[in-house]
Amino acid sequence: MAKGKSVTHVINRDWCKGCGICVHFCPKQVLELDSDEKAVAARPEDCIGCKLCELRCPDLAIQILIEEGE
Amino acid sequence: MSDTQFDVNKYIRAQFFPQMWCPGCGHGTVMGALLRAIHDLGLENDDVSVVSGIGCSSRISGYLDFNTAHTMHGRALPTATGIKLANPNLKVIVPFGDGDSTAIGGNHFIHACRRNIDITAIVMNNRIYGMTGGQYSPMSGRGVKASTAPYGVPDESFDLVELAKGAGASFVARTTVYHAKEAQNTIKKAIEHKGFSVVEILSMCPTQFGRKNKAGEAPQMMEWYKDNTVPMGSKKLADNPDLIQRGVFVDDNERLEYCTAYQELVIDKVMKKG
Amino acid sequence: MAENIQFIPGSDACIEGALYAGCEFFAGYPITPSSEVAEGLSKELPKRGGKFIQMEDEIASMACVIGASLAGKKSMTATSGPGFSLKQEGIGYACMTETPCVIANVQRGGPSTGNPTHVAQGDTMQARWGAHGDHSIIAMTASNLQDVFKMTVEAFNLAETYRTPVVLMFDEATQHLREKVVIPEPGEIEVIDRIRTDIPVGEQYYPYLTDANGQRPMSDFGAGHRFHVTGLHHNLLGFPDVSPENVNELIHHLVDKIDSKANEIARYKEYYMDDADYVIVCYGTTTRSALQAAEDYRNQLGIKVGVLELQVVWPFADEIVREKCANAKAVIVSEMNMGQIVREVRRVVDQPEKVYFSNRVDNQIIKPADIKAALRMITGKGV
Ligand SMILES: Cc1ncc(C[n+]2csc(CCOP(=O)(O)OP(=O)(O)O)c2C)c(N)n1
Ligand code: SF4
Ligand code: SF4
Ligand code: SF4
Repeated sequence: MAKGKSVTHVINRDWCKGCGICVHFCPKQVLELDSDEKAVAARPEDCIGCKLCELRCPDLAIQILIEEGE
Repeated sequence: MSDTQFDVNKYIRAQFFPQMWCPGCGHGTVMGALLRAIHDLGLENDDVSVVSGIGCSSRISGYLDFNTAHTMHGRALPTATGIKLANPNLKVIVPFGDGDSTAIGGNHFIHACRRNIDITAIVMNNRIYGMTGGQYSPMSGRGVKASTAPYGVPDESFDLVELAKGAGASFVARTTVYHAKEAQNTIKKAIEHKGFSVVEILSMCPTQFGRKNKAGEAPQMMEWYKDNTVPMGSKKLADNPDLIQRGVFVDDNERLEYCTAYQELVIDKVMKKG
Repeated sequence: MAENIQFIPGSDACIEGALYAGCEFFAGYPITPSSEVAEGLSKELPKRGGKFIQMEDEIASMACVIGASLAGKKSMTATSGPGFSLKQEGIGYACMTETPCVIANVQRGGPSTGNPTHVAQGDTMQARWGAHGDHSIIAMTASNLQDVFKMTVEAFNLAETYRTPVVLMFDEATQHLREKVVIPEPGEIEVIDRIRTDIPVGEQYYPYLTDANGQRPMSDFGAGHRFHVTGLHHNLLGFPDVSPENVNELIHHLVDKIDSKANEIARYKEYYMDDADYVIVCYGTTTRSALQAAEDYRNQLGIKVGVLELQVVWPFADEIVREKCANAKAVIVSEMNMGQIVREVRRVVDQPEKVYFSNRVDNQIIKPADIKAALRMITGKGV
């Protein structure tokens, strides 16, 4: 995880269509499609908060919330 | 400029979500980039007008909480021209498909470029007619398979950047949905630019183009844009001239914008004469 | 103040009418014989802060006019012949989106390029049915230039009242005629402004909700109500809605809002109708010859011929035409086409077999002699 930051993955399961774009391009393999073909943050601790998933998601279904902490 | 957190809900008509585009349709990524650009510019919803034509891409206007018009196939730009002339204070943005903008609306497109009216045209180029079932567009390119080109398209395609440049647009750029942040920043610049701005965004249609051309699923199609585009003037072009260039090709602030021109060269002139 | 009397061509009468009605925007593409309207407005509109734009074609002009109207401006375009065909797509969109606008169609010979410099009335049905899909529309004409002026003002008024495109079906002959026109003082003829919503910004505004006055008040793009406009079947909020109930209601509304008001929208003139045994039904330039024919029959033969001039052609005034023709021994419909309004007249009168037709399609104006030939056949007497 990025130093001194906490990252929350807000994934709107009603909007996610399981296209796999976020999963495919995540540089840290944080995301996966679950058995419902919805994106989930399987390894949130690895996330570097780059927001590439959020920017590329065609369904506006992911939001990365970064809180500066510690 | 805005320093608040981007909240998509400020800009959309959430009752229509999830939107009806197919899984992995690049048009959604363009929409996201557009909304982030509008957010970055700190524009008020009331001050923005989004005018589209007809096509999957043109569905975008219905999803957005601005002054929105979903017009006729190809006629977004002339409708937007009327809106802009009637109310020059509006930021008028025209997101539309490659078919809408360059086939049926091709004539309107070149004339909007020529007039240099302060409108931002965002061509969501998926190189196919998504809505009507995958027929070829003037942007498909030779050899592409389409429902009306089972043996491959025989036509040459337009180079939209060259077309817009030649027709006189004062801001011309190209980017892709893979380069979503670049798309956001390019749209931002385009909206800020006073004059006719054209942003071609290479989008993707996994359902029609992807399947017919064995281009893979949405992530593979996006990947293609990573591998086959380069920043403008890249050294890689020497080895591979077929690479598609991205960047801002024209950004000319000297050319007189049309609403200003009409005010100064027509209205002010007759008023002075009395 | 001295009366403003002008001796002007028909195109100027139309321009003066548009300006009187508060037209602020014109988009068009040149075509004979309508170009004079564009030329005149390109000169006059900017003097008043209005705008004129010459677009790349008629399709663009129509779209542009609709855009300007959506942003709150009273807008018009003018065209002829093939240009009117190209505008149909946009006219349909204006019907569907209930966007007020005025289209002057200066008729010329057709089909196709036909004859740009000569008269015809061949577009009467196209004005009614030119756009695809069920809809209704208002179309008006005039036979003299005072009325060209007046009908142009009224076209804007009706467009705003009914939120609809209104077609001005002039023709080459009236446009190129010169006559005396008295331009009324402001206020002498009522001018109806855009009927705007009083819903405060921030509250839910329904662009297609009919209010207690039977109006659907509008808002302008940029005024703060942020509504959606689409050519798709839509609900009262303007959003796509293809449910059968909604579509049914929408289509009925688009047709009924005009057709059910046919008597209110009707504008017509009666000449010698009180005791008429024979009625000539006509519109536009044709009326001038009809009047001459009627007068000659009355003065020279004592045969009571009357003239019913339709100034609103669409919606067709079924009841009025039926009533005015009820006592006639015969009805003659005179028009410069192969028979368009005559079908309507036959449809509405009690005895369709008493309706006769007098026409000309050779690019020549219908002459009193043409109509008198029909009267001679019907009455057995000639002048
Ligand atoms: C006048 C007219 N002709 C044809 C159509 C049918 N049509 C609807 S969308 C479309 C093409 C859309 O392609 P494009 O603009 O590239 O958008 P996409 O669906 O790929 O996003 C066509 C041909 C129409 N709606 N109107
Ligand atoms: S990119 Fe968006 S829609 Fe696609 S799988 Fe990820 S969250 Fe779902
Ligand atoms: S923010 Fe970056 S690292 Fe984190 S999940 Fe998204 S793409 Fe992966
Ligand atoms: S058909 Fe193609 S363009 Fe249309 S929504 Fe589906 S993926 Fe997008």
